[in-house]
Amino acid sequence: MLQDISKSNKVIIAEKLTKMFGSFTAVDQISFEVERGEIFGFLGANGAGKTTAMRMLSGLSIPTSGKGFVAGYDISKESEMVKKNIGYMSQKFSLYDDLKVWENIELFGGIYGMKPDDIKTKTDTLMYTLKFEKERNKLVGELPLGFKQKLAFSVSIFHNPQVVFLDEPTGGVDPITRRQFWELIYEATSQGITVFVTTHYMDEAEYCDRVSIMVDGKIEALDSPKNLKKQFNANSMDEVFQQLARKAKRVEL
Amino acid sequence: MKQLLSFVRKEFYHIFRDKTTMMILLGIPIIQMILFGFALTTEVKNTQIVVLAPTYDDATERIVNKLNNSTYFDVVGRITNKDEIENSFRSGKAKLVVVFEDRFGEKFRHEGKGRIQLIADATDPNAATTFSFYASNIINDYQRSMMGTTKNPYIISPEVKMLYNPQMIGAYNFVPGVLGMIIILICAMMTSIAIVREKEKGTMEVLLVSPMKPIYSILSKITPYFVLSCINFASIILLSIFVLKVPVTGSFSALIFISLLYIFVSLALGLLISTLTDSQLAAMLISGMGLMMPVLLLSGMIFPIESMPVWLQVISNIVPARWYIEAVKAIMIQGLGFASVWKDMTILAFMAFVLIIVSLKKFKVRLE
Repeated sequence: MLQDISKSNKVIIAEKLTKMFGSFTAVDQISFEVERGEIFGFLGANGAGKTTAMRMLSGLSIPTSGKGFVAGYDISKESEMVKKNIGYMSQKFSLYDDLKVWENIELFGGIYGMKPDDIKTKTDTLMYTLKFEKERNKLVGELPLGFKQKLAFSVSIFHNPQVVFLDEPTGGVDPITRRQFWELIYEATSQGITVFVTTHYMDEAEYCDRVSIMVDGKIEALDSPKNLKKQFNANSMDEVFQQLARKAKRVEL
Repeated sequence: MKQLLSFVRKEFYHIFRDKTTMMILLGIPIIQMILFGFALTTEVKNTQIVVLAPTYDDATERIVNKLNNSTYFDVVGRITNKDEIENSFRSGKAKLVVVFEDRFGEKFRHEGKGRIQLIADATDPNAATTFSFYASNIINDYQRSMMGTTKNPYIISPEVKMLYNPQMIGAYNFVPGVLGMIIILICAMMTSIAIVREKEKGTMEVLLVSPMKPIYSILSKITPYFVLSCINFASIILLSIFVLKVPVTGSFSALIFISLLYIFVSLALGLLISTLTDSQLAAMLISGMGLMMPVLLLSGMIFPIESMPVWLQVISNIVPARWYIEAVKAIMIQGLGFASVWKDMTILAFMAFVLIIVSLKKFKVRLE
């Protein structure tokens, strides 16, 4: 089984993945597959279960039932191996404000077991491509939000993971910065990194290769933005989302 | 191991870059030692007294001079009317009024007895007891010197001897207390706040997703505060020996050993608090109310445990500081060693063991 998965191009596999908190079913038997190098958008209203699903896939939370494989490893049994092969950027901004830019990079490189020399050369390249050379020695807390988010993303893929999970990465920044952020995401996929992203912004949903929309813990729709618009006879992803979200019975948690 | 080192370094950065907090952490023990040592002393010095004598004669004058010449008292006023007593207290002029009876000197010389009344401001009962005791001693002293000229050979003079702390120096009592408090403050409060801060800021999530073992993140959180506590321990002991002249009379190694044990208990407490809450404010309140108050009130630092009601005495048993302060007093002041504080050490070791087990179990590896 394991062999097959690692050979195949399916980087994320969810089979009837379920998470219950007491009698409340946060995630209800979701199944999907994500291909290597794909940008997979994970949409849903607040409380639909996106974050819980993502936490199960990233090894933060054990599924109540169902199976999941990430980068070829079982999320229930091999969470340590899963953790080594993924990157993660949380919706709360996830670098240390009181550390300098390079110190943050060095810290996370170190946590993922990278060699000091590798960290050094990669930091130089990264500073160059992000045009961050001047900010290298600044405390992260002094940077504007857009800078921080770009940096947080770059740090989350610094150790070259197979999959990167982005939990509402672009909250609170302007459309131009968001666009620049997405250029970084495309750049990452071109290196073979699979991107799993949750978002509130429907313009971002259009950038994804495929999009799944969760309503009340279940996946109600899953296809490319183009096909979804056709299927729901809509002009934009926003309309598709509105049509589906209207069915939601859960109140925002 | 490399992971651990880069993480410990990060924790030191957090502390060093927050200059205010660092100054507070390193400054508090020094300020407290100086405050307790010199300003907030419970010793009686220069207590202001007012003398009331309807007639000032030779004998009253001598007694007043004797009082004034001692380091304990300053005679700040003389009154002749007892209606003025109330006013002396009210105006804050006097802490003690020494009242001589009418024609005191004459009666003392001819009848061999004179009456003196001491009226003390007992707003602070401890201080009042102490300085009235001193004043009556001085007066007795005078009486004895007068009697020495007569032929009565049988004079019984009570003598009170203060064991271990013959000069009744307050510093002897509070140095162990300050140690007990500072270590709890630094280890428990700061450690819990540091861990909870990461939860609050969302960085804890990123750490939990990383392959780093949770025990590493705990160890690296603990290390800087352990170092800080050791620095504070050293500065308190040095201040105590060289500035306050309170020497460590007992076994130095026993003192260090029990201090390390106590630091360990405090760190475990901090860890436990961090598992109970997700907000820095709550962590601060829990350690403030849950640790500082018991340390101040129930450890024997300020109020003697023996004079507490039984139920409070029972509660004081679970306050680690109680055992630590008891042992430090025994070592520093009574000059004892390992053999005499083994009970305190065993209790602290047991507490450390239980706390570590509980908090490690509770420390959530996964975010549920």
